[in-house]
Amino acid sequence: MVKEPIADMLQTFNFRVILEYLPLFLSCFWATIWLSAAGLLGSLAIGTLACGLRIGRSRLLAGAAYAYIESIRSTPLLVQLFFFYFGLPSLGLRMSEATTGIIALTLNSGAYMAEILRAGIQSIPHGQVEAAVSSGLSYTQRMRHVILPQAIGVTLPPMLGQAIVLVKDSALLSLISLPELTRAGQIMTSERFMPAEGFLTSAVFYLVIYYALKALTGWSQRRLIYLQA
Amino acid sequence: MLSYYLEQLSGSLPFFLKGLGMTVAVSGLSLVAGTVIGFVWGIVRAKRVRVLTLLLGAWVDVIRGTPFLVQVFIIFFLLPEFGIQLEAFPAAVIALTNLAACFICEIVAAGIAAVPTGQREAATSTGLNWFQQLRYIVLPQAMRVILPPLVGQYVLLIKDSSVVSAIGVVDVTRVGWLTVQRVPQGLLVFGLVALLYFVICYPLVQLSSILEKRMSSGYNR
Repeated sequence: MVKEPIADMLQTFNFRVILEYLPLFLSCFWATIWLSAAGLLGSLAIGTLACGLRIGRSRLLAGAAYAYIESIRSTPLLVQLFFFYFGLPSLGLRMSEATTGIIALTLNSGAYMAEILRAGIQSIPHGQVEAAVSSGLSYTQRMRHVILPQAIGVTLPPMLGQAIVLVKDSALLSLISLPELTRAGQIMTSERFMPAEGFLTSAVFYLVIYYALKALTGWSQRRLIYLQA
Repeated sequence: MLSYYLEQLSGSLPFFLKGLGMTVAVSGLSLVAGTVIGFVWGIVRAKRVRVLTLLLGAWVDVIRGTPFLVQVFIIFFLLPEFGIQLEAFPAAVIALTNLAACFICEIVAAGIAAVPTGQREAATSTGLNWFQQLRYIVLPQAMRVILPPLVGQYVLLIKDSSVVSAIGVVDVTRVGWLTVQRVPQGLLVFGLVALLYFVICYPLVQLSSILEKRMSSGYNR
């Protein structure tokens, strides 16, 4: 009884329509990659800045960075997205959906990046810094030759994990009608009423990105162990 | 002008609280069910029964590799093709429970793997059976590894529950979306929505980091 509908569905599963919509899915696939890549680059910049301020000397700036990080981490991305999407126009700022989407992704992911970087920097034993100071290295030299090379090794795997989250989060941009992978599924559903074909095809494309990034994470973890040995 | 909108917004505050109730209902139900299922899956995964571990691993990968929004759409739109017509609320709870179970499964399996094998061997040689080992030896020790990320995961899941507003569950995000059509003050409306989430999530984020410090300090004693 249970098997019947599955077999039935596989028979009615319309691969021809998927083929017909494949160009749409492919262009949306690139849109997802493009949006996530933009968000990733932006969040690296914002994250580095926020992390620097958070561990820096200025109390005021550290407080501001803390407020930014915690308010982002304690609210959903969808609410942040709507905050910018509906909020910026009420301030008189008109932006394209893509810009709004990238801003939301960047600010959201930036907070997590800041925490990843902070954990990475704090994971370096204090003795390393002391040793660098006593061998007469300047602040920039310490950062460049002692702290950052080690911190990057520790932070790369969680950063790739955050990249995976970012790609999945970009699906929410479909809710402000940006043409990306999830939106392609929605379009197919509304035009042909084939939700199975539409959303399962989206899911397959997401899995392609996921497995690629997961393999990269595994590689970086192995490389990290190699570096430490 | 702003005071007029503020007045309108405070007038619809009961609506927001009702939405908050829905958010708590969806995430509460899913977290409880997801924790139970996640622990069972995690224990099965740690036990290394080959077929089950493989199946669970593949399922967890698929769920972790696809956006929650797509999963919600698939459950909401796909199940009717199997003759299971679901309302938005049960569809949302099923989707979020499954997501919770998959993430918690990984946390639990990692926690169990962190318990030294000597503990299990000692338990076996004192004659404890599998369930007794789990109940008295392995899980109590695994819990200190499991608990901090578990609370952190709860925060992520509560935030993910906002996504179910896309299939029409009137949670607090949906209330914001409906309100902003009447009160065109996006910053105000979604500022309020964000505040409501913040009130729930911020204490949990803090709890997670306190637990992390306390649990790890135990090992250094």
